[in-house]
Order: sequence, then C-alpha cells, then structure tokens
Amino acid sequence: MKIFATLKVAARALKRNKMRTILTMLGMIIGVGAVIAMVSIGNGAKSQVEAQIASLGQNVILIFSGSFTRGGVHSGWGGAGTLSVEDALAIEREVPGVTLISPELRSGSQVASGNQNWSTTILGEGQDYLDIRQWPLVQGSMFGEQDVRGANKVAIIGKTISKQLFPDGNVLGQILRIKNVPFVIVGELVPKGLSLQGVDQDDIVLVPYTSAMKRLFGATMLRGITVQAKSASALDDVQNEIIDLLRQRHRIQPKREDDFTVKTQQEIAEAATATSKVMTALLAAIASVSLLVGGIGIMNIMLVSVTERTREIGIRMAVGAHGRDIRLQFLIEAITMSVIGGVIGIVLGVLISKFLAMHNNWPTLTSPLSILVAFLFSAAVGIVFGFYPAHKASQLDPIDALRYE
Amino acid sequence: MNSIIQLEHIDKIYHTGEVDVHAVRDVSMQIGKGEFVAIMGASGSGKSTMMNILGCLDRPTRGKYLLDGVDVSQLDRDELASIRNQKIGFVFQGFNLLSRTSALENVELPMMYTRTNMRSHEQRERAVKALEIVGLVERAGHHPNQLSGGQQQRVAIARALVNQPAMLLADEPTGNLDTQTSIEIMGVFQKLNDEGITIIMVTHELDIASYTKRNIIMRDGRIVSDTAVANRLSAVEELRKLREAQQAVQLAS
Ligand SMILES: Nc1ncnc2c1ncn2[C@@H]1O[C@H](COP(=O)(O)OP(=O)(O)OP(=O)(O)O)[C@@H](O)[C@H]1O
Ligand SMILES: [Mg+2]
Repeated sequence: MKIFATLKVAARALKRNKMRTILTMLGMIIGVGAVIAMVSIGNGAKSQVEAQIASLGQNVILIFSGSFTRGGVHSGWGGAGTLSVEDALAIEREVPGVTLISPELRSGSQVASGNQNWSTTILGEGQDYLDIRQWPLVQGSMFGEQDVRGANKVAIIGKTISKQLFPDGNVLGQILRIKNVPFVIVGELVPKGLSLQGVDQDDIVLVPYTSAMKRLFGATMLRGITVQAKSASALDDVQNEIIDLLRQRHRIQPKREDDFTVKTQQEIAEAATATSKVMTALLAAIASVSLLVGGIGIMNIMLVSVTERTREIGIRMAVGAHGRDIRLQFLIEAITMSVIGGVIGIVLGVLISKFLAMHNNWPTLTSPLSILVAFLFSAAVGIVFGFYPAHKASQLDPIDALRYE
Repeated sequence: MNSIIQLEHIDKIYHTGEVDVHAVRDVSMQIGKGEFVAIMGASGSGKSTMMNILGCLDRPTRGKYLLDGVDVSQLDRDELASIRNQKIGFVFQGFNLLSRTSALENVELPMMYTRTNMRSHEQRERAVKALEIVGLVERAGHHPNQLSGGQQQRVAIARALVNQPAMLLADEPTGNLDTQTSIEIMGVFQKLNDEGITIIMVTHELDIASYTKRNIIMRDGRIVSDTAVANRLSAVEELRKLREAQQAVQLAS
C-alpha cells in the first residue's frame, strides 16, 4: 500500500472531525508540554547547583565544626565551634598535599558608612580564601598575610555593599564601620548574583579571620576551614589525613564520633545534584501521568473512529485492502495526532520554561536530548495506544463490516 | 469451454439467534470464461448471498468453490483480498461508495491496495478511463451525496472495472434506474463482455435479463432453472429504437 496515499487518507479523516482531533491532540499537547517544562526546570536547577558547587573552587575540601553525619546537626554547629586556629595551622603544617588553607568565621552584623546602615554577613577568612574560591576582585587587592597576622582592620566588600553604601562607586580607602569598628576597604569582589536558594552572594564583607575573632566577635573557635588539595587524585588522601589529624588533636576515642565534618567538593556536589535529580525525576513522573492520559485519549477516540467507520473499513477490504493496510491506516492516524500534539507540546513546553526563566527567575534548561526524547515518546504513545484500535479494525470481517449500520 | 467458476454443493447457513437461515442450498454450477449470466429470483431467494460467495467476500458453510481452478476455501483473508482486488470487480446492491470522497477517488480506491507500483498520474488516468466507460467523467469531482442514484451506480461500476478484472459481479446494477439508463448500463456490460470479461449480475427484471446470455433462477437458495437466452437483445439496437420512438413522439406533438 502506498504510504503517501495513506497519509492523505489519515489527514482527511482527522480534518473531518476537526474539533475532536484538536481535543484529542490537546491531551498530548498538555502531556508533552508538561514533561518538557518540568524536565527543563529540573535540569535548570541541577545545572545551577553544579555551577554553585564549581564556584567553591577546585579540589576543595570543606571542614565544618560539629558533626552532621548522624541525624542532623550535632554538637557545636553554629555555636562555639570545635575547630581552633591551631587545628588549621596543624593541618597546613602536617598534611602533605594541602596547597592552600583558610580558617573561616561567619556572622551576621550591622555595617555602616557615614549615616548609611546595612545588615550583612561578615566572613572572616585567611589571605588565600579568594584564591581557593577562584573569586577575583573588581578593584583593589586581597588583604595579605601581614594583615592576618596583625588582625588589621581591612575589609573586602561585595557588590551589594558597595551599591548600598557607596553609590558613587568610590570604595577603595573608604571607611566601613563594622559593629562600630572602623575598617578600611581594600577591595571589591566580582559580583556572583543570587544563589539557587535565593541568597545574595554579593551581600558580604570579607575581613581577616583574626580581625573577626579579636576585633568583632570575640570568638575563639572557627566555624570551618577551607582547604585546597594539590590535585583531584590527592583529595581522598588529604581528606583522610585531615580526619586522622583532627581526631588525634581533639582526642577522640576510637569508635566515638567525629566532632567535625570533612567533605570534599565532590561529595557536596553529589549530595546536591542527587537532590535535584530526584526532583527532576519526580516532576517528570508527574508530568508523564498527563502524557499517559493523553495516550488514553487517543486510544478512546481511535476506538470511536473505528466503530464509526466500520462501513468504510468494509468497503476498503471489499476492494482488496489487507488487514495490515487497515491497521496501518488507523495507526498512522493515531501517530499523526500524537506526533502533531507532541510537537506543539514541545514548543509549548519550551515557551513555558523560557517564560518561567524570564519572569520568575527560575533557572530552566531545555536540552535537545529531552526534546528528542519527548518527540520519540509522543510517537511511541501514538503507536502503543493506537495499536489496539487499529488492530481491532484490521480484524473486521469485510462482509460484516459492510452490513454494519 | 474453460470454466472460471465451478461450484460444488455449496451451502450457506446463517446462524442468527434461534433459527438457522439456509440462504443457499446445495448449489452446483459452472460458469465459463466470457459468459454473461443473469441470476434472478424472488426477494430473499439467496441471490446476494450467492454473489458474496462468488465475489470471495463471504465463505460458504459447506462445499467447494474453484475460481480459475483455485480452491478459494483454502485461501486466507489476505489472499482473498488480493483476489478481490485483482480478479473481481464487485458492484454492490447498495453501491457502497465512500462518502465525502469524490467519484474519481472512489474509483481510484482499489488501486490503492494493488501491490504493483503504479504512479499516481497513471492511477488517475485509469480512473478517468473507467469513468469514461460509464459516461460520468464530467462528474468526477462530485461526492456521492451530490450524485443521483443512477450516477452513484455508475461510479460503483467504474470502481469495479478500474483494475481490469477478469470477472464482473453486479448485484442489481439497474435496480434504481429508469429504462433508458438501464439499457445504457446493459450496453456498457455487453461491450465489456464482448471484450472478454465474464459478467454475472443479479436482476429482478426479465427484460434486463434478456440482454445477457444465460439466465439462472433461484428459489429458496436453490437453482431451479438455468437456461441460455434465446432472443438476446442488443443494447445498441434497443437504444436506437428508443430514440426513434422518442423522436416520433416529438414529431407527432
Ligand atoms: N447476515 C445475515 N444474517 C442472517 N440472515 C441473512 C443474512 N443475510 C441474508 N440473510 C437471509 O438469507 C436469505 C437470503 O438473503 P439474500 O440477501 O441473499 O436475498 P436476495 O435474494 O439477495 O434478496 P433481494 O432480492 O431482496 O436482495 C434471506 O432470507 C435473508 O433474510
Ligand atoms: Mg440481494
């Protein structure tokens, strides 16, 4: 049988019941559109997370005060802390493979310049922090070892601070009062924008950790330590050695739990992307249900169509159509509906995700692969759900079909 | 004579609910190539049932049907479909045209299921030629609901002829037609028959039957009479006479 002629017959049959065809396709349009939009949202979130993890730097190991391996946050988290400056110095001294290290404190605080106030996050870090994070400056330069040793009152500010307190853009050499302690601004960070959680990463003031401890918070313990290993292959060894060293220094008995947490960048990335992968899968699964409903809609309409056109089937068989010709004809009709619906759905899904990305600041990412999969899937829906009605049509007896009223 | 149809003890029984309808009973007969047969009989005597069996649309309950020497009862659905497509042209009692489809496309329909490669313009030419034979080319674009009963009948005949079958089966091809159109159709049939096509048709009208070469009469599913036509009419002759008569009427008035 001629495929082109069959396509023509299918197109005509579908045009004959325009409204019905459109409604049936609507099921596919919504299903495919939902899948594309959901997967785009999920993928967007995943790539955001990945970008965020990558922005930690390269071959980075994070050490946190406290343990959150067992049922959430354990001792010390956010409180006094269990890591000391000496721990950090010991790591730097005794663990081979550590290239850079930065002790860290973090606290919210009020900052002011002139009569302007702003509430922000103060980050106490070592002089290598920005090198580890691979975070460049727009202007000025990072404070040095001297400043750290002397607990000097110098600060690096993020874009948000400069925008709020120094609208004229002139920041270098200006005085920033943190908790009423005057700090000299020596640099401004390159803006990073919002994090996935919606946190403004530029709303930040960077000071030497020693200054933060002595001059601002009167703290004696660290919140964490950021370490850079010399290579990706050294990560695991460095991690283990840090754990051994800290256990020894903290005098933790064997079988007792760590009072700190050491995570490599990879582990953090895996944990974070695992969550977003689950989210993507969940969204896609929910959307697939509507695709399934779309498929059932096609099956339903095709069954109606076969019944309505029993006489036509009889006539075609009487003049020589084989069962498979009839089957092909109805299959093509089903596939035509599902594929056209699918293509419109893809366009709709892409538009929806673009719209979300633009107006709601939701990151979305539509991959060509997901479009291809959606296309093939909609064709498959046509075949799967069109097959039964088409098969039923092909099994009709010509003489019975001709007599059908 | 070389027989195209050979029936041996054919029975057709319809099982409907409680009663079995014995529509064809123990029919045996032969029809040779190039014959022109009329089957007659009262309504319900089994003519259409016979035609359906002869046209490979339906299978007999019992008996053997050899078509061109092939035992049809041994063939499967698809093989029967191919035979209907290639060897048999069938004109149904109720036309059975595809609605909302032009006359031309209706005529092209059998070629859609012909398994030889045919270009679409070639198909179109053949369909137009078939419509020419039945004198309906100027209505090629009309849909069946825009055609009179007689015109629909002729589209059905054109469709039956389009694949140049060896055998034409027509169930009451003149059932809804006036005398002149009926004779015109008979003219088409006689011409086709002269070209070698075997024709079997069902009719109620004796005068129509006398355009054929052989008359079979059925009653209650049996063949009760099978005779050669003695004084065969010629459609060309009859049409000429008809026209002269009409002219005479016009002159007289
Ligand atoms: N599908 C069917 N189921 C049951 N009985 C049937 C069926 N088709 C035909 N019959 C019966 O078989 C008998 C023969 O029917 P058939 O249609 O062959 O008659 P016919 O000679 O063609 O009549 P007509 O001249 O009115 O067309 C009738 O009694 C009819 O009721
Ligand atoms: Mg009949």
